[in-house]
Amino acid sequence: MQKRGKLSKFKEKAIEWFFFGNGILAIIILIGIFTLLLKEGLPTFQEVSIKEFLTSTDWNPTSYSNRSYGIVSLVYSTLLVTVGSLIFAVPLGIACAAYLAEVAHPRMREILKPTVEILAGIPSVVIGFLGIVLVGPMIAKVFNLSNGLNAINGSILLGVMALPTIISISEDAISAVPEEYKQASLALGTNEWHTLITVTLPAALSGIIAAVMLGMGRAIGETMAVLMATGNAPAFPESIFDSVRTMTATIAVELGEVPYNTTHYYSLFAIGLVLFLMTFVVNLISDLVLHKYGEGE
Amino acid sequence: MTNSTHKIIVEDLDFYYDDFQALEKVSLKAPANQVTALIGPSGCGKSTFLRTLNRMNDLIEGTQVEGKVLIDNEDIYQDDLDVVSLRKRVGMVFQDPNPFPKSIYDNVAYGPKAHGIKDKDKLDDIVEKSLKRAALWDEVHDRLDKSAIGISGGQQQRLCIARALAVNPDVILMDEPTSALDPVATAKIEELVEELKENYTIIIVTHSMQQAARISDYTAFFLTGEIVEAGPTEKIFERPEDQRTEDYITGRFG
Repeated sequence: MQKRGKLSKFKEKAIEWFFFGNGILAIIILIGIFTLLLKEGLPTFQEVSIKEFLTSTDWNPTSYSNRSYGIVSLVYSTLLVTVGSLIFAVPLGIACAAYLAEVAHPRMREILKPTVEILAGIPSVVIGFLGIVLVGPMIAKVFNLSNGLNAINGSILLGVMALPTIISISEDAISAVPEEYKQASLALGTNEWHTLITVTLPAALSGIIAAVMLGMGRAIGETMAVLMATGNAPAFPESIFDSVRTMTATIAVELGEVPYNTTHYYSLFAIGLVLFLMTFVVNLISDLVLHKYGEGE
Repeated sequence: MTNSTHKIIVEDLDFYYDDFQALEKVSLKAPANQVTALIGPSGCGKSTFLRTLNRMNDLIEGTQVEGKVLIDNEDIYQDDLDVVSLRKRVGMVFQDPNPFPKSIYDNVAYGPKAHGIKDKDKLDDIVEKSLKRAALWDEVHDRLDKSAIGISGGQQQRLCIARALAVNPDVILMDEPTSALDPVATAKIEELVEELKENYTIIIVTHSMQQAARISDYTAFFLTGEIVEAGPTEKIFERPEDQRTEDYITGRFG
């Protein structure tokens, strides 16, 4: 047998290192972003107390006399718009996924699923545009408001944007439920609807929860559509028909005009840090749930 | 024998998967309160035949049935028949144990609940009775709320039998119910089948001729989609009329 040359051994090692480097790069970038957020965000608290930052509802960093840096309104607006979007997107998404996985004719499914996935590719600025010219006036008309740029408008847009994620991953989860469960249920003399509700969906539950969490992660971080369609009022919203400004929109609007290395500048990074932690927690939960799902109970 | 003692009468049944004919002119009479075994080599159509008896084949697209299947003298393929009520009467146990990923209790209570029984005491009663009939009660009565996925394969299969019994069928179809089980668990299921025939008509598909010989009263031998020979088990195994039957049961092929 021929012995392996030194060169080929070296080549193999080099390839190994190349792929290792690629893998590690993602982690380096993540750590870099996190460090940057910490470095630029933490100086906020030299002037503003953490307590004020996290508990005050007043966000007014450009006032002459009385600057305030409370993010409660912004966090609340973000959560309001996100939860609103889920209320609308989750039932619709799961119903659509169940239809695709269980009811739709294979040919119909071949057409529908890619279409749903294309929906994910629509630029958020286009969705925001639709929010201003289409959804806004409709909301104003239906609820008799002076304008339709408010929290519920943002919720609807984010719901539309979260739908593809929710549908696609839920559909995978529902399709993965073993055929034997369905057969056992049908053989006991239940109809297909009953089987779907009592056997298939519960068996796919962890996958569906993960889908919802991923959709939620997308909704929390979305900026452009909510910036355009929610009216941009950084006040504490009284109802879903009030204009709001989310954390992401605040950063996007203010960072372009803020003088560097001021408390205002730092505070925007601090908002980014809080947002990062929020999406991190959501992703972590969805990951844990998916992991459990992968192990099959 | 007259029709009244035959629970199931099948006449000239043809079955197609798209263009492939899986069953050809199959006729069989299964006596009530007895065990009928369907034997034959893999792919001979015996499982397909079994699944025509509770119309589970309806779930597969592109299948087609011709001929007659009568249960209690009623054609189960007539146009306005409610398949759901048919499957209530004709229970099924599958090849691999397939309990739901729910608790033991919920597995057994699933069918009765689906059919509208809500009263807790009544459900408790059905669960206990069904588990006792499936000879599983003593092993699981203290952990009914535990997941059914955690019990052994043999126990799971008996749970599936209990689940089928809970909807109170009069026919039970079994599709190689012991092929995934070890000898001890198999012996328990076989013992159970013999007890169950007092109250139920049982049709069992089996790969094992010994099993057919041990537990069945009546045997049908399938080969390439046809019934070669059917009759009392003793006769089929001791004095088969057809050469192919003899070849199969003496182990010359299959």
